[in-house]
Amino acid sequence: MMSEKILYSLNAIFDTPDEISHAAEKIAEKGYKKFDVHTPYPVHGMDDAMRLAPSKLGYVALIFGLSGTLGALLSLWWVSAIDYPIVIGGKPLFSFPAYIPVMFEVTVLSASIATVLAMLFVFFKFPNNSHPLHGTGYMKKVSSDKYGISIQADDPKFNEEEIRKLFESLHASEIDLIFWDNEELNHKNKILEPKFLLFLLAAAVITSGTAYFSLNKLMFMVPFNWMMEQQKQNAQQKSLIFDDGFGMRQPVAGTVARGYMPYEFKGQPDLAGEKLVNPVPISKESLKIGQQKYDTFCSPCHGYHAEGDSRLRGQYPNPPTLHSDKVRKWSDGRIFAVLTDGQNIMPSYSTQLTVDEKWAVINYVRALQRALNAKESDLQ
Amino acid sequence: MSSSSIEYQKKELPLKIQKIGLGLFIAGLIIVILGYMVNPDRSAYNNIIAFTFLTSIAVGSLFFVAIEFLSGAVWSTPFRRVGEFLSALIIVLPLLFIPLLFNVDKVFHWTHPEPADKILIGKAPYLNVTFFIVRIVVFFLLWLLFYYLITRNSRKQDLSKDSGLTSRNVKISAVFMPVFAITITFTAIDWLMSLEPHWFSTIFGIYYFSGTVLAALAAATIFIILLDKKGFFVKGIHTDSYYSLGALLFAFTNFWAYIAFSQFLLIWYANLPEETFWFLARWDGGWKYASIGLIIIQFLVPYMGLLSQPSKMNPKRLLIMSGVLLFAHYYDLYWLVMPNYEKGSVPFGWIELGFPILIAGLVITVFYYKSKNENLVPIGDPKLKRGIDFRL
Repeated sequence: MMSEKILYSLNAIFDTPDEISHAAEKIAEKGYKKFDVHTPYPVHGMDDAMRLAPSKLGYVALIFGLSGTLGALLSLWWVSAIDYPIVIGGKPLFSFPAYIPVMFEVTVLSASIATVLAMLFVFFKFPNNSHPLHGTGYMKKVSSDKYGISIQADDPKFNEEEIRKLFESLHASEIDLIFWDNEELNHKNKILEPKFLLFLLAAAVITSGTAYFSLNKLMFMVPFNWMMEQQKQNAQQKSLIFDDGFGMRQPVAGTVARGYMPYEFKGQPDLAGEKLVNPVPISKESLKIGQQKYDTFCSPCHGYHAEGDSRLRGQYPNPPTLHSDKVRKWSDGRIFAVLTDGQNIMPSYSTQLTVDEKWAVINYVRALQRALNAKESDLQ
Repeated sequence: MSSSSIEYQKKELPLKIQKIGLGLFIAGLIIVILGYMVNPDRSAYNNIIAFTFLTSIAVGSLFFVAIEFLSGAVWSTPFRRVGEFLSALIIVLPLLFIPLLFNVDKVFHWTHPEPADKILIGKAPYLNVTFFIVRIVVFFLLWLLFYYLITRNSRKQDLSKDSGLTSRNVKISAVFMPVFAITITFTAIDWLMSLEPHWFSTIFGIYYFSGTVLAALAAATIFIILLDKKGFFVKGIHTDSYYSLGALLFAFTNFWAYIAFSQFLLIWYANLPEETFWFLARWDGGWKYASIGLIIIQFLVPYMGLLSQPSKMNPKRLLIMSGVLLFAHYYDLYWLVMPNYEKGSVPFGWIELGFPILIAGLVITVFYYKSKNENLVPIGDPKLKRGIDFRL
């Protein structure tokens, strides 16, 4: 039968917030339980007027918050004291103060996420977004400038005539009935149909089964395992070819790496001064490199102008000036020996400077020396 | 919304209150004087606890009054006078810090550092007796000035009902905020942290501030509930206002725990001897139980007690929790100060009781005299009607 619609509720519209508060109070007083109030904005004191029980949402937050605290504590304890015990900063394996910030964060996180999800899915029944009041004239009015109240037909005290009289005595401006939309009522959620659930289950089994099979079984079958079993020496593996069992071999005696120049004058700076010749020509480029390297590595002690004016403020002894007669008369090779071997408390700079860079620095030192002892002819 | 629609009949506090207040004050004073005669060192340490505790209530209450003006809060207007009356305790603060100024060398090690002690010699430009006295006097005068300015405007409004006075107080409160922040921080450093002058903690000022706010709020809540019970407020205080007070108490309980734990965690983690010895002294012998007790009394008990919504609305429970928190702040200050007097065991005897009794007497007496001369409800305030009708 087409006309047989199921009654959802009896609704009334009021014009002022005071009237709606009063009406809600009266209706709650009469003992109606299943009714709701709709207003365009939150009306203060409505919870009290409707005699609503406090929200249960707080318990969700409490339970999930506490389980977050406990979960964080247990996982931290298990990870750092049982499963992978490492002493950190000399603290005991189970060091509670260090866990408190994590426990606090996890508590807040789980409580807030659980609250939002519970609100949506449990209290608002989220995937279901239909409601018999949607799309009605009543809803249009109460969402703009009117205040409505609706008593549901499934309230145990529901009696249309009585409620009509009650609404009229409360000076409702409009009273009307709202029916369930039959189409909506018979609408079933397709997500929960057995066929769809079965399909989901099958898809899950197939994809996870395939992944498991290909990663754990297929890779170890011929011919896919050929890639794993190669005839080669792996790192840290015992050699089957050499008697001493080492896979890594020493280079032939006397082998020299490319670009490496052995230094033969270790401990013999004067001999180095005689034999070594500066191979780097004095050019704009090499002086630039020399300046850059000098400023980086030499100037902290020797000063930017090589006068021995250290920037270290006495934390390290100042070196002598490089403008002394002794150093000015030294050959380039003699200075090279100092850079390579070190002298007195100056260490070797071989790890910081390459051979060519050392020569470039020497060229730059020569330029500094010349700058302080310039001749007449330099001015031209 | 004209304020003339509010009918306020001024009610006087019973004379009994005055007698109780004066009685407690005199009893406390006798114990304190005896204490100073028997054991001046120990009494001086107790005096510091008492001074910082009373500063917490007095200056903290003024902070709350200022915050109300600054944020334009409506809910607290009907009982703002409670905060104003309590901040009148600023006037009696010298009673507690002047005896100490004659005893600085007894409690503060930095007044006589050993010549070999480079750290204290280095801190001497700040930690010396002259500058110390200058600081506390300047702070006291600043507090007094702002107390005078804010409450004077509030009093005037009762008669003139001029809403311009509210906006003038908003401006004064805005200036007071940084003054409060700086003075309270340096009070904490001077009177509490410098008891152990080799120790330092950059969070210490906030630590004391968190306790200050808790104590001031708790004291105000106790007065509000007791006065409301006897019907001193217009139309009574609605549970929604109690809820707001409870929520603030709860929030600052958590804030205190957060700050206290932050201070502990960093020192515990870094494990540097020049910082850890301060906590070790509070974990030595009987002090261990005092430290655990502090966590229970100032965090766990009020946290559990104020967590649920109904408990914040229930004046009876709120009264108990405020009492606990007020006691907890005194306990907290005792925990900060007394390990400097005695290491290894917790000193407790009749000398410790003198100052709390004295303070209770002072608070009641000052409140009585203020309420005798002034209205308990700011009847001229333009926010009053909205405050009385406040609903969450």
